[in-house]
Amino acid sequence: MEKDIKLMKGNEAIAEAAIRAGVDAYFGYPITPQSEVIEYLMAEQPEKRTGMVVLQAESEVAAINMIYGAAGAGKRVLTTSSSPGISLMQEGISYIAGAQLPCVLVNVVRGGPGLGTIQPSQADYFQSVKGGGHGDYKLIVLAPASVQESVDFTRLAFDIAFKYRNPVMLLTDGVLGQMMEKVEFFEQQERKKEDEPWATVGKAGRGHRNYITSLFIKPEKMYEVNLELQKKYREVEKNEVRYQEIDTEDADYLFVAYGTTARICQKACQLAREKGIKVGLLRPISLYPYPYDIINKLADKVKGVMVIEMNHGQMVEDVKLAINGKLEVGFMGRSGGIIPTPSEILEALENKFINK
Amino acid sequence: MKFGKDIISPENKVFEKTKLLTDEYLHYCPGCGHSVVHRLLMEALEDLNLGDETIGVAPVGCSVFAYHYMDIDMQQAAHGRAPAVATGIKRVMPDKTVFTYQGDGDLAAIGTAETIHACNRGENITFIFINNGIYGMTGGQMAPTTLENMKSSTSPYGRDLKSMGHPLKMTELVANLDGVAYATRQAVHTPALVRKCKKAIVKAFKLQKENKGTTFVEIVTNCNSGWKMRPVQANEWLQKNMIPYYPLGDIKK
Repeated sequence: MEKDIKLMKGNEAIAEAAIRAGVDAYFGYPITPQSEVIEYLMAEQPEKRTGMVVLQAESEVAAINMIYGAAGAGKRVLTTSSSPGISLMQEGISYIAGAQLPCVLVNVVRGGPGLGTIQPSQADYFQSVKGGGHGDYKLIVLAPASVQESVDFTRLAFDIAFKYRNPVMLLTDGVLGQMMEKVEFFEQQERKKEDEPWATVGKAGRGHRNYITSLFIKPEKMYEVNLELQKKYREVEKNEVRYQEIDTEDADYLFVAYGTTARICQKACQLAREKGIKVGLLRPISLYPYPYDIINKLADKVKGVMVIEMNHGQMVEDVKLAINGKLEVGFMGRSGGIIPTPSEILEALENKFINK
Repeated sequence: MKFGKDIISPENKVFEKTKLLTDEYLHYCPGCGHSVVHRLLMEALEDLNLGDETIGVAPVGCSVFAYHYMDIDMQQAAHGRAPAVATGIKRVMPDKTVFTYQGDGDLAAIGTAETIHACNRGENITFIFINNGIYGMTGGQMAPTTLENMKSSTSPYGRDLKSMGHPLKMTELVANLDGVAYATRQAVHTPALVRKCKKAIVKAFKLQKENKGTTFVEIVTNCNSGWKMRPVQANEWLQKNMIPYYPLGDIKK
């Protein structure tokens, strides 16, 4: 069969992937740099292709609550936004996690805090993996590093979301959303036919009512629900850790970076090896659950670990936790929409570990 | 007259609780209008044979536990977001019946944007809007619908229109929107009004089944606890003070 290859913008590719993944509904609100997702969907009219519903909400607050409603009906639902919009959604995300509903969220991260800048950033790492909304919950977070992965992870995210009845976030950024790359698409998937046994679709034929809630007013019950969530998160940590190792076998030094920054670090590795410095890269793909074990293992083989991010040091805290003090961890970050270059990344490594 | 098992017979039966209400004890204060409206709402769905295909959305407020009492599929929404949640449900299942059940704080304060926009899109859902002019659940604070000079725990000297704004007439407001097919204001503090209110709810669901657009039923009720009154006194106060400002009847039909 002929391959289905297109040259596409990251945001548009996510939109097309959603249609092909058999998504039932998209609710969203325009915000730069992710507006192409809803623009593509509106132009493509997926209701004619698959019956998928697309609705422009009046706000991100409304959009995430539409997601809650449709997810509570057991449907495959997607919303996308960028940093300030994702902040607005946090209440709803907490409710979705608390009510254990599956859905997929995409954050095409821009620089902050506040209204910030429309340029790319990785400053929402803490918000994505450490909470964001209130309460003891976890988002499962996948970080694509290419347009191809944005597409593949959109489909994967739905599988994971339904497996654990948990929201899954794709953490991309303004680079991945806006750049065009070659991308190969998977075949059109069928939309779901069967109702989920827990979903609120009307109680016909079931004999009992279902309800969706995150309210457990009795402390004993709330505690029990929290233990159930924690049990689920331990399962997620056991099964869903994803990462990529590049040139780590003979490496003396290690970069740890995700998403766009990992792509830049790959080039920095090349430049280093041209100078005779053996550098490898560990790219976390799942940011929660985090690949602590592999980073810990690699730390035994190298002389130094350098974390590169488009922020002022967020994921570096997890790398330090992974290494647990047995090796020095360096950090280099740029923010505000400034993208680090391969040569300055290499220079930072050299200054930290080699020319000291 | 003897009271005992001997009087329990089909020919003596004058009332039966709708099957769409569960047997859980209601947590509402004695005299509160919520319980009456719960019954009317479930009776309406039972009469129309819609109980099996309806999804209700409960708010934050006194009726946060509505799903404990209504024996239908339900979702509990974040404060004010019920219209957005209901939109999500209805858009993915347009053939099902969907309603929100919201108080004045939920619908007319924190959730005003969601209310206006769901109505403006003409979402084919039914709003059941309980207006008792106060925040009941949190202990009697001022609501957007609190009347002028009315005392509450956050307007202890009475609502001052100059600094606290005016009581919001939501039903008149949404009636102006083209997406709204039916907007009415009802009450349940007398038996005659209870019967009228049920008719309005039935009409709203019928219009929803005919895909006519948004249907909006406001019900002016008491909050005897929040108003610091006895139930009968609260109903009298309601008739004398609430009804003149919030006149009953259809605003858009």
